[in-house]
Amino acid sequence: MTRWLPRTYLALVYLLVYLPILVLVVFSFNESRTGYSWEGLSLRWYESLFNNRAMVGAMWNSLWLALSAATVSTVIGGLTALALHRYRFRGKKLLNGMLFVVMMSPEIVLAISLLALFLLVGLQLGYVSLLLAHVTFCLPFVVITVMARLSGFDDSLPEAARDLGASDFTMTRTVLIPVIMPALLAGWLLGFTLSLDDVVVSTFVSGPSYEILPLRIYSMVRVGLKPEVNALGTLLLVFSLVMLMLSQWILIRSKR
Amino acid sequence: MHRVLQQPFKTAVLVLVWGWLLFLVLTPNLLVVGASVMTRDPGTFISLPLNLDAYRQLFDPLYLDVFLHSLYMAAMTTLVCLLIGYPFAWSLSKVGKQRQLLLIFLLIVPFWTNSLVRTYALKLILATNGLLNSALMPLGLIDEPLKLLYTEGAVIIGLVYLLLPFMILPLYSVFEDLRQELLLASHDLGAGRLSTFIHVIVPLTLPGVLAGVMLVLLPAMGLFFVPDILGGSRNLLVGNVIKNQFLDARNWPFGAAASIVLTVTMAFLMFAHRLSKRRLGEEGG
Repeated sequence: MTRWLPRTYLALVYLLVYLPILVLVVFSFNESRTGYSWEGLSLRWYESLFNNRAMVGAMWNSLWLALSAATVSTVIGGLTALALHRYRFRGKKLLNGMLFVVMMSPEIVLAISLLALFLLVGLQLGYVSLLLAHVTFCLPFVVITVMARLSGFDDSLPEAARDLGASDFTMTRTVLIPVIMPALLAGWLLGFTLSLDDVVVSTFVSGPSYEILPLRIYSMVRVGLKPEVNALGTLLLVFSLVMLMLSQWILIRSKR
Repeated sequence: MHRVLQQPFKTAVLVLVWGWLLFLVLTPNLLVVGASVMTRDPGTFISLPLNLDAYRQLFDPLYLDVFLHSLYMAAMTTLVCLLIGYPFAWSLSKVGKQRQLLLIFLLIVPFWTNSLVRTYALKLILATNGLLNSALMPLGLIDEPLKLLYTEGAVIIGLVYLLLPFMILPLYSVFEDLRQELLLASHDLGAGRLSTFIHVIVPLTLPGVLAGVMLVLLPAMGLFFVPDILGGSRNLLVGNVIKNQFLDARNWPFGAAASIVLTVTMAFLMFAHRLSKRRLGEEGG
């Protein structure tokens, strides 16, 4: 009894978690317009998705934003993690605390505070404001991923490099960066996904000049059912699945 | 100056990070605190004089109702997540190590996919002529379609669906650390199953519970798109009020005050979490 009970329970929860996703994927191939009854296999929703120019434009905007936000946050986050690991400096605890608070804060609190800042300094809402906001909420996740990698690392190697006369910069470049490379990649992928998925912060800091995918989906799903969303959702699902498997593969491979 | 030149790399990194955090985290948050004690202004959003009107408005019966209802839905969400997640994490810690990794992976996959799309997927199931009703009707379990969409229940289901992994992961990590010897010792000392659960397992997993509560309760008050898609106009979250005040009603002081309520709740939960961890540390020696 003690063996099958936990397993049945696990299976039941997984079933509930995956059921809506499964329904979405199946219905994305449904001919029916109303979206509730099955009327035969069809790719028409995928077709209408790619014929929608505004939609494709928003898709590219989102991809570009996610690419740049992930890259900037990986650079800054990686350097921050190195600094936290290597150096002793005043305010280190405060820095750690601030990153923790950013990670824990409800997104909406971050969103309105950034909106207030951007309007105060007169920054036009668009790509730049979105980038600054996305990097800010991705940053702590990158720092944590890289710190976890560094904490398991033997400190004698960097010490040896320093003793042999390497400057801090050279030592970082030749010793530390290769060690944290897998964590940097994992952090980058995490940032990419967080950025692509974000609705709450983007709702506040985006402007009409730069339309992104989540906001477009948001305006579509608020009223009624739109079969195109099924197709789009399925594509996004496949995309994130590939990204996630890639990051897991990198992490697992690096441990061997 | 001498030290700066000695360690240009360190200086550059620290300036970059501190600059980012001061400009994009500290300043914005101070602005929100400032906005909450200022006066609403149609032109510039906020203006002097300073006053506490926004905080007084929080207790306006109209908004107080919305906040209490939001808190109730968030609390229910957290409770349901805990009731599902606790036995889940426990069961998970009992399967083989290799399989555990796979199961955790399967749990994270939905979390990595677009949350709007997942909320929308629930709509397909809960709608009046949606999947659940069309499955139950032919079975004769119900005579007429259940009204599931645009209810309080739909919002709670949506929030649970999005936030469940955030409850499970911290719980899983405390169950992972739970040492079997402690349970055996408790058994050897004559404790029954129930008594072991209450006196050993619950206290040892409490930090995980509090971390989970923190990660679920706060977003459950902020994720405004869930009621927008599933809840209709009567089941609003604090997040909907804040969004409305900032983007539509243009009453910044009130929106800022509402967001400070969330921040204070967060601070309180973080404090409780630290306290529970510290107490456990002391008892464990």
